[in-house]
Amino acid sequence: MKSRRELKNYQNEQHSFKIRLGVLGLLVLIAFSVLAARFYFLQIKRYDYYQTLAENNRISIVPITPNRGLISDRNGVVLAHNFFVYTLEITPSKVDDLDATISEIARLVEVSPTDLKRFNKQMGESHDFESIPLRTHLNEVEAAKFAVNRYRFPGVELKSRLFRHYPLGKLGAHMVGYIGRINDKDLEHLAEADSLSNYKGSDHIGKSGIEQFYETQLHGTTGFQQVEIDADGRAVRVLSSQAPTSGNNLILSVDAKMQEIAETAFGEHRGALVAIKPSTGEVLAFVSMPTFDPNLFVDGIDFDNWNALNNSLDKPLINRPLRGIYPPGSTFKPFSALAGLENGIRKPPFSINDSGFYTLPNSTHRYRDWKPGGHGNVDMRRAITISCDTFFYGLAMELGIERLTNFVRHFGFGQKSGVDIAGEISGLLPTPEWKMRRYKQPWYMGETVIAGIGQGYTLVTPMQLAQATSILANKGVAMRPRLVTAITDANSGATSLTQAIVNEKIPLNESNLEIVKLGMIDVTLPGGTAASVGANAGYSIAAKTGTAQVVGIKQNEKYNANAIDERHRDHALFIAYAPAEDPKIALAVIVENGGHGGSAAGPIARKVMDYYLLGKLPVLETPVDAGKPANFVKPSTPTIGSAPIKPSTINPNAATKPTKPILNTPATVNAPEEEHYD
Amino acid sequence: MVPQKNMLSKLLQGLFKHIDSFLIACLLFTMLVGLFVLYSASGHNFERVSSQLINIGVALGVMWLVANIQPQKLESIAVPAYILGVILLISVALFGDVSHGARRWLNLGITKIQPSEMMRIAMPMMLAWFFAKRENSPRITDFAFAGLLLIIPVGLIVKQPDLGTALLIMASGFYVLFLAGLSWKFLLGGAVSIGAMMPFMWSMLHDYQRKRIEILIDPSQDPLGAGYHTIQATIALGSGGITGKGWLNGTQAQLDFLPERTTDFIFAVFGEEFGMIGNIMLLVLFSLLIGRGLVIAAQAKSTFTRLLAGSITLTFFTYAFVNMGMVSGVLPVVGVPLPFISYGGTSMVTLCLSFGILMSIQTHKKLVASG
Repeated sequence: MKSRRELKNYQNEQHSFKIRLGVLGLLVLIAFSVLAARFYFLQIKRYDYYQTLAENNRISIVPITPNRGLISDRNGVVLAHNFFVYTLEITPSKVDDLDATISEIARLVEVSPTDLKRFNKQMGESHDFESIPLRTHLNEVEAAKFAVNRYRFPGVELKSRLFRHYPLGKLGAHMVGYIGRINDKDLEHLAEADSLSNYKGSDHIGKSGIEQFYETQLHGTTGFQQVEIDADGRAVRVLSSQAPTSGNNLILSVDAKMQEIAETAFGEHRGALVAIKPSTGEVLAFVSMPTFDPNLFVDGIDFDNWNALNNSLDKPLINRPLRGIYPPGSTFKPFSALAGLENGIRKPPFSINDSGFYTLPNSTHRYRDWKPGGHGNVDMRRAITISCDTFFYGLAMELGIERLTNFVRHFGFGQKSGVDIAGEISGLLPTPEWKMRRYKQPWYMGETVIAGIGQGYTLVTPMQLAQATSILANKGVAMRPRLVTAITDANSGATSLTQAIVNEKIPLNESNLEIVKLGMIDVTLPGGTAASVGANAGYSIAAKTGTAQVVGIKQNEKYNANAIDERHRDHALFIAYAPAEDPKIALAVIVENGGHGGSAAGPIARKVMDYYLLGKLPVLETPVDAGKPANFVKPSTPTIGSAPIKPSTINPNAATKPTKPILNTPATVNAPEEEHYD
Repeated sequence: MVPQKNMLSKLLQGLFKHIDSFLIACLLFTMLVGLFVLYSASGHNFERVSSQLINIGVALGVMWLVANIQPQKLESIAVPAYILGVILLISVALFGDVSHGARRWLNLGITKIQPSEMMRIAMPMMLAWFFAKRENSPRITDFAFAGLLLIIPVGLIVKQPDLGTALLIMASGFYVLFLAGLSWKFLLGGAVSIGAMMPFMWSMLHDYQRKRIEILIDPSQDPLGAGYHTIQATIALGSGGITGKGWLNGTQAQLDFLPERTTDFIFAVFGEEFGMIGNIMLLVLFSLLIGRGLVIAAQAKSTFTRLLAGSITLTFFTYAFVNMGMVSGVLPVVGVPLPFISYGGTSMVTLCLSFGILMSIQTHKKLVASG
């Protein structure tokens, strides 16, 4: 039974429902009328227009690829640029008999088996209606020859494409990186980043180094043309267009000249060098030896070159500064020393009487010093200078592994430095927890003892070692290392400096820093382990040598009997900053199988420091205000440091011709043979 | 002979007792048209057509089943269906499979399901149930609660992201709220405040977000990406003219210019080949279906059936309008298929299911009234 009131409500409700239903019905009518009107507009009023588009001509959207941004060093020396080359391209869907056409073309211009192989490979990877290059780098004569015969080849076109070129070739290849053809994996990444449509028309993408890390900056924005095409697919008329926006230009903090000096100094040796400006974190040199020619990769490396590079025992493709891992050896001692001082384990007048070995309590095992018989009375400063193992065995033991690792972690050991190149690995700073996880074994006291001198599980990358040295030089202020110091906007021409970022400020006691510094200065003075490196320098160098037993780079190393002797030698390590009182440069050098740090790695460091501190080119002074963005905008003459960048080298749209840079041969420093070993 | 014949006709009568003859006639005709268009759009692909025939068969079976279920039964499963739907949507958000950059499918081991499709029916059922339970005229707090019930699944679907489905479910819920008597003042106030908020929200957006919205509104700004579809679709429609180029003769469609031409953009093929006349005919066909649905809603005897029938009918309208609107370039491109014509099993089944509900509401009327 329903009450009257509810019944009334019910009727009301039904009435209101019907009204609302009517309103919605009206909405349906209006909406469908709008559609009908639209159909009338499209199909009757503009019928002729669309009919023309659909029947006689068809609309095609042609992407216009933007010019990739240039990469130059701090002085404007171009490291990566673009230039136009003629290419002969075929659209397979428009060619009836592909083989016949190709052999016909081969009568006009040379088509090598390599060209054919690449063409077939690319044809398998792309759609029928895409235009695929058959020949690249046609010269003027070849281009002209084809142009007059063009009418015979429907579906074949002479195009001029932008090619990437690295004018300095092998120099700094691991740093600048290279671009390569976009593959399926790249496409996936692009799809994820929602930027597929910006890559229509782009064939290449940054694959490594700066080219990869700054892909979004360098690529630019793709423009397009809406064109009418005839039945042969040739553009008849441009309906509308939007110009592309070139990619931004990057200016690196490295000096190509210094890079060359460093690379030359390595000679035939394998290894790595990273130099950093401590106050800003700017990377001044980034060396990975041996290196390779990135130009080989731009349009797909051929099989022979690839095999030669990939199978080489020297592993030239490995980015050693970021991915090579080495035991730090004695270069770790300054950091152990500071850990002992800061934790109050060692206080200045403290000294030991070194008899050449260290033993744990209740144990007879002897941890030997590198010098049989020992160094006698050794305090902290002298322990660094002469690289006394015994001193640091005891220090590490009393400090304990936790306090040691907790302290040095602040200097970036065991973690990525955050430099602006992808692929960095984090090395290893071992802890008892890590060992339990990794090996299911407890931590042994002996492992703490040797950790104090950088032996055992500890592994560093050259980048990390340079960064740690830089932090030490900068009195505990850790700047994030970076290679790109300025970005020039392709549109406005405005140059903005990238920001110097303070990763951390480690609170350190000034007097403790002083002790370590004095010890490190003594290293390069007579009596130190790298006395020759400091000889006649004209500035003071704080340094530390190191030697590390070979563990090799993590890579499936091949056994080669001829090379075994040389490759089983110790790695030579060297860290330094200079001038010691007011550090302008901090660096780490690793020479694989180089033997001793002072004699093999030290001279390379000296050459780099000599050039940077005393060299002819002026020293860079970038305003650095940590935490504040540096607004440096000066469109016409962007001066980075004191060396003005020539406008011609910085113009993004100028497709410059490949030129070989003229670099002076570096002044060599003749270092006398080493007397001390650690 | 005679009694046998009587038995057979009785059996048939019993079998189709709950099928609305007007609706089924319109539906079958639309589906038939759809099969012809699909044959042309797929490049004369019989496999496609026969697999669509299977879809239709399954969908009609589902429709028959649902039409035979009493609306009261539907009312009683509204809440569990809704809760199950929300749980499945949350599972999708947590463990769903990603395809084409969106997380929509839930892998149950044996089969993959798309819970957002289920929500298309469960949502209006839930809200209709909710308002049917209010004894007196619903108050503003009731609408607020109903809005919450609506926003939860819609939000989950937007996150997948599946804007098209989210929009349709949002619409289906909104129709229930509107039909249940959401006050005009509130509607007007809502519209005005959203309008007033627009410029403010616009200024809050990032440049790239604005660009995206601009492209959504004006696809010609991005002819390499989203705009390509619309440009090619308008050329196809426009070149169809009054009478169309004839079945299997559409050049745009046959020459690969049209993307997704068997699914979301099939209407462009239809419009190119059958012209303005075909388009108007399709509009009339849809109008007949909608009109019949509105009549069923108006005649429905309980609050639940009334609201549900109204919402289902208007959601169907929204489907058709949004699809034809986006293909002809008056609405932004969102992934909504053309009802009964686009290729695809899921939408076919969901649509037939909803029409089955309409038939159930219409044919069980007397029982409701007497009960």
